[in-house]
Amino acid sequence: MTPAIEVRDLTMMYGERVVMKDINFSVARGEVFVLMGGSGSGKSTLLKHLIGLKEPAKGSILFEGEDFDINDEAVRKRVLRRMGVLYQNGALWSGLTLAENVALPLEEFTELDAKTIAETVSFKLALVGLRGFEEFYPSAISGGMRKRAALARAIALDPDVLFFDEPSSGLDPISASRLDDLILELKASFGTTIVVVTHDLDSIFRIADRALFLDIEQKTMTALGHPAELRDNPPSAEVHRFLTRSSEGGP
Amino acid sequence: MPATQASATSAALAQLRTEGESLVVVLEGEWSLEGELPRFDALASGGAGGRTGVRSLSFDATELGEWDSSLLIFLMQCQDYCDEHKLEFDPSGLPEQVPRLLALAHAVPERVHAEEPKRASFVTRFGTAVLRAWDDVLAAITFAGEVALAVAGLITRRVHMRWREFWVVVQTNSSGALPIVTLIALLMGVIIAFLGVVVLNRFGAGYYVSYLVGFGMLREMGALMTGIIIAGRTGAAFAAELGSMKITEEIDAYTTLGISPMEHLVLPRVLGLFLMMPLLTLYADFIGIVGGMLVSAVLLDLSIKQFMNGLLDAVTLSDAMLGLLKGTIFGFIVGIAGCMKGLQGGSDAGAVGRAATSAVVLGITLIIAANALVDWLAALLDI
Repeated sequence: MTPAIEVRDLTMMYGERVVMKDINFSVARGEVFVLMGGSGSGKSTLLKHLIGLKEPAKGSILFEGEDFDINDEAVRKRVLRRMGVLYQNGALWSGLTLAENVALPLEEFTELDAKTIAETVSFKLALVGLRGFEEFYPSAISGGMRKRAALARAIALDPDVLFFDEPSSGLDPISASRLDDLILELKASFGTTIVVVTHDLDSIFRIADRALFLDIEQKTMTALGHPAELRDNPPSAEVHRFLTRSSEGGP
Repeated sequence: MPATQASATSAALAQLRTEGESLVVVLEGEWSLEGELPRFDALASGGAGGRTGVRSLSFDATELGEWDSSLLIFLMQCQDYCDEHKLEFDPSGLPEQVPRLLALAHAVPERVHAEEPKRASFVTRFGTAVLRAWDDVLAAITFAGEVALAVAGLITRRVHMRWREFWVVVQTNSSGALPIVTLIALLMGVIIAFLGVVVLNRFGAGYYVSYLVGFGMLREMGALMTGIIIAGRTGAAFAAELGSMKITEEIDAYTTLGISPMEHLVLPRVLGLFLMMPLLTLYADFIGIVGGMLVSAVLLDLSIKQFMNGLLDAVTLSDAMLGLLKGTIFGFIVGIAGCMKGLQGGSDAGAVGRAATSAVVLGITLIIAANALVDWLAALLDI
């Protein structure tokens, strides 16, 4: 089966500076795939490439077998329509209520009537535990609720692939765990492919089918596999230190 | 999305049939948010709703193709119908993931909606508006008092101001503001001179256009226009800058460290403008007079010497000093309005815009009011 996402020989640059090079991996459909690495390792930059916010300096990204050329407007629209993104701070539109935030993509991309849109919005908000909060503005709810509301917006159009940027950052352990539950539920119920950028070890071991490690020193990926296997047989000292929260060198 | 039957490719379809005491919903085709979707209320109102002896609602999904949230929305309509007609909702015929998702959607008890605010009477709204305006006035007076105390503290060396910020404000309002002040002041001088040429020439008194330009620029328009420009330019920038700092909790960080935002953020800005506004006013006066001189030379053939003689006959040092005094006051007003609105801003994304807008509106309003007040006092004191 064609992978949901395939990254070939990707080089990422900021101006003239190479951030990461020789990145090669694929994400299978229905898989929870984690991009991990230390702060500043380029995880979020890689995510920006995957969601079409940055153009690869070299190499290519394929979305379900199709080259994701962000300069081709038709391709870009087609691919983005099938993606959902949960940004680190939620990025809810502050001038809109939660219902309006979730409804906007439905109004833009579907022909649904207003009643069905309202029902869909209520359903999506209910899925993330925010039933009854439709008329609240983002400023009136907590950080954890904002993130869940942003998730409701991200899944409004039933995307094939969902991207999460640091989903547990700024959340208490219970809220973070609840978000992990939702990720697993989305995978189990809708078969959604999920790509998560995080360095939260609890979350990595709990949700990831596979994880990719970006090494800031080597400026490339140095490990790919199931997190528990990577922890037990680390391919590098950096991976060992990262997955065991250790400051000591590994094997 | 999961598929219960890979071969199904037709549009979403739902039909009703009765089996004993059960109403069976037959689900067929591909269910997608992007396609045409059946509604259960429409389906039920087509005759099914009136069936007697029906006790439950069940499903036949053997012909169901791929599905997404659209199917779940339809099933929630079915649930609502069952609740309304006291029927048992039997999800056993549905794909295995569906009951779990429906349960998840109902897992959290519905929260009570935020209460709709009742429409207040006109008297209540008017009274609230007046009280709010009064609070704003008190807040502005308090803020100005705090600034005055900080200035006093600076003089007595109890307060340590960040001089780097002060010099940044000075720089921004010197070379940074000159192009726009030059343009507006020059045009102001030209406009006053045109007015003078048109009106005074009717009485054969065109020569006195320099009186008009001198009085107009030095006493009124030089300071007024500079104040309005700086309110729109620097006052808005102060409000936006401090408003952003409030959103990112930088102001809180000052406070929790025991450092006064007033001393470190407000004082350098207000004093920077306090220093620069009279200088900018002086510059605007000069440029405006040059503009008037150019118009006089072109339209009335007045030489520079004639123009200057007329001007010096008319205006005195006190006229220029009055203009400079106004400029200083306006600088204080713009600085305080900008900083106060920035620090009073909210924490949402629109707060910065609102703070900048209200800083400009407040600044310009107070400038016009202060100008009228100073003119009235000057008239009383025969200046």
